Amino acid sequence: MAHKEPHPDHDLIQGEWTEKTLVEKLLEPVEKPAPRPWRVVLAVGGALTLAWLYAIFVTFVRGLGTWGINQPVAWGFDIVHFVWWIGIGHAGTLISAILVLMRQNWRDSLNRVTEAMTLFAVLAAATYPLIHMGRPQLFYWVMPYPTHMALWPQYKSPLSWDVLAIMTYLTISTLFLYLGLIPDLALLRERSKGWRRKLYGWLSLGWTGNAVHWQRYRAVYVLLAGLATPVVISVHSVVSMDFAYGLVPGWHLTVFPPFFAAGAIYSGFAMALTLIIPLRKWYRLEGVITDRHLDWMAKVTLASGLGVAYIYLLEIFIAWYAGEPAEWAQQLWRMTGPYAPYYWAMMLINVVLLQTLWFPRFRKNLTWLFIFSILANVGMWLERFVIVIISLSHDFLPGNFHLYYPTWVDWTLFLGTIGFFLFGLSLFIRIFPPIAVAEMVHLFHRLRKH
Amino acid sequence: MLYGLMAYFDSAERLLEALRVLKGRGYRHLEALTPNPVEGIEEVLGGDGRIPWIAFGLGVLGVGLGLFLQIYTTLDYPHNAGGKSLLGWPAFIPVTFELTILTITVGIFLFLLYMNGLPLAAHPAVKAKEYVRVLLDEYGVFVYATDPRFDLESTRALLRELGAEVEEVRRD
Repeated sequence: MAHKEPHPDHDLIQGEWTEKTLVEKLLEPVEKPAPRPWRVVLAVGGALTLAWLYAIFVTFVRGLGTWGINQPVAWGFDIVHFVWWIGIGHAGTLISAILVLMRQNWRDSLNRVTEAMTLFAVLAAATYPLIHMGRPQLFYWVMPYPTHMALWPQYKSPLSWDVLAIMTYLTISTLFLYLGLIPDLALLRERSKGWRRKLYGWLSLGWTGNAVHWQRYRAVYVLLAGLATPVVISVHSVVSMDFAYGLVPGWHLTVFPPFFAAGAIYSGFAMALTLIIPLRKWYRLEGVITDRHLDWMAKVTLASGLGVAYIYLLEIFIAWYAGEPAEWAQQLWRMTGPYAPYYWAMMLINVVLLQTLWFPRFRKNLTWLFIFSILANVGMWLERFVIVIISLSHDFLPGNFHLYYPTWVDWTLFLGTIGFFLFGLSLFIRIFPPIAVAEMVHLFHRLRKH
Repeated sequence: MLYGLMAYFDSAERLLEALRVLKGRGYRHLEALTPNPVEGIEEVLGGDGRIPWIAFGLGVLGVGLGLFLQIYTTLDYPHNAGGKSLLGWPAFIPVTFELTILTITVGIFLFLLYMNGLPLAAHPAVKAKEYVRVLLDEYGVFVYATDPRFDLESTRALLRELGAEVEEVRRD
């Protein structure tokens, strides 16, 4: 037999496996009893979710006066967190969609859990505008429907673009996640009994693995990946236009769309690392989520983080070079005002600490990578805080200047969405495999048998 | 009642070879069942070139819907927003774009289900005792008993000759 060069991605699956043992391993989170940390995460997430529901209840019963918002900081924590969560969601679609198009085999180990992350992050984000309306039962007013007053939504406003962008994003990422799940659901259906078999049976829609169906399925999957890619970029660009359309100093910048998109990728990859490092350890998935995967994720985090860092510096330059007094005053207020510690903490994390990822010694140190991934999310939270709250608190008129103090309801709403996110994700990986089984087996087949 | 014969092959190459032979012998009512997409299956079982065209059509529909929605609502309730012209098309790009993607995504997903005949409540091949193997690591061919060339003994012999393990699938 002729000598065959090993596939260049040969070591993406490490260890001795056959298809059967690989499937057994990948289905462990669903089929075997859950490890102790899973219960802890579920319990903490559940408790925070309850606190969240209570805070929402308080908001609805007593009104938005329970929040710290004021004039001019009318967009307080909830928009900070809305943008933060939407940004986190982006890495999932990015890993799934853009890497499919680029035929990057390393996505196969990561796409399922990050797509689930996207789903819960976008759901968490979507609750903020909803409760911020004050009268959430009237949310359908943003929809185009013929009212008795003959009013329509104003389609020249970024706020109505936002509604459509978020809803499209939620729909497409849910469909993409579900489409990817169908073959795995069929496998689980055949392997399980009782209510689980019924559930998987319903959800798998009777998928049999027909080869002709597979061909169409792949075509549609790649097509949806191609469509999801521009949606990801457009969603955060539209979110940024909510700000950039306004005249508020610190917001009125044309660089906002790429700024927000880069920040979204950065925070999304950081959150993916925060989730994947413990998941890999607790479920002993080192063979399929290899050090190489984490290294590449760290590199993407570095690349997108550098984009963010560049724009921080560019913002200072623009404020100075434009010679607009209010702009420059805003920039100085950020650096020296009462919120300066937030600003400098953001700079420290997203500009200075980020540079450690250039060095393999830091990138390959999982403890540092995990700590940095959490810090990066804190950094991105601070960035949203800087953009929303610091900008609003210091506009054109000194008589308007007013600081913002979040209340316990604000904090509970924030911690609550983190709880909801963890609770949802931990239930998800218990019911659906956190790694795409069919895709991994296909990858295994290609790497080892061809 | 006999549904048909399920044949298990251990590699995609054997599956393709077997499908070629079966097609050559005039078998028409059969299905290949595989754990993942098999390259080269289009040449044997025929490809499906409709998907890009359907997606394109849905895209055109989405653009039309998006523009119609915005132009109609603007003309129905004319409103001077910041001195922009009434039908300032650049402001319509984001919504048109999102509605185009939404229309294609939802439409092509439903069309995929329609093309594949899903959701499907019951399929005879799933009745095979060893069926789970074709979702794991083996490549199956299901020959329906309704095939005009089907004959229990000779079909079984042919499949064995092609290197398969063969199982009869019956209603229990």
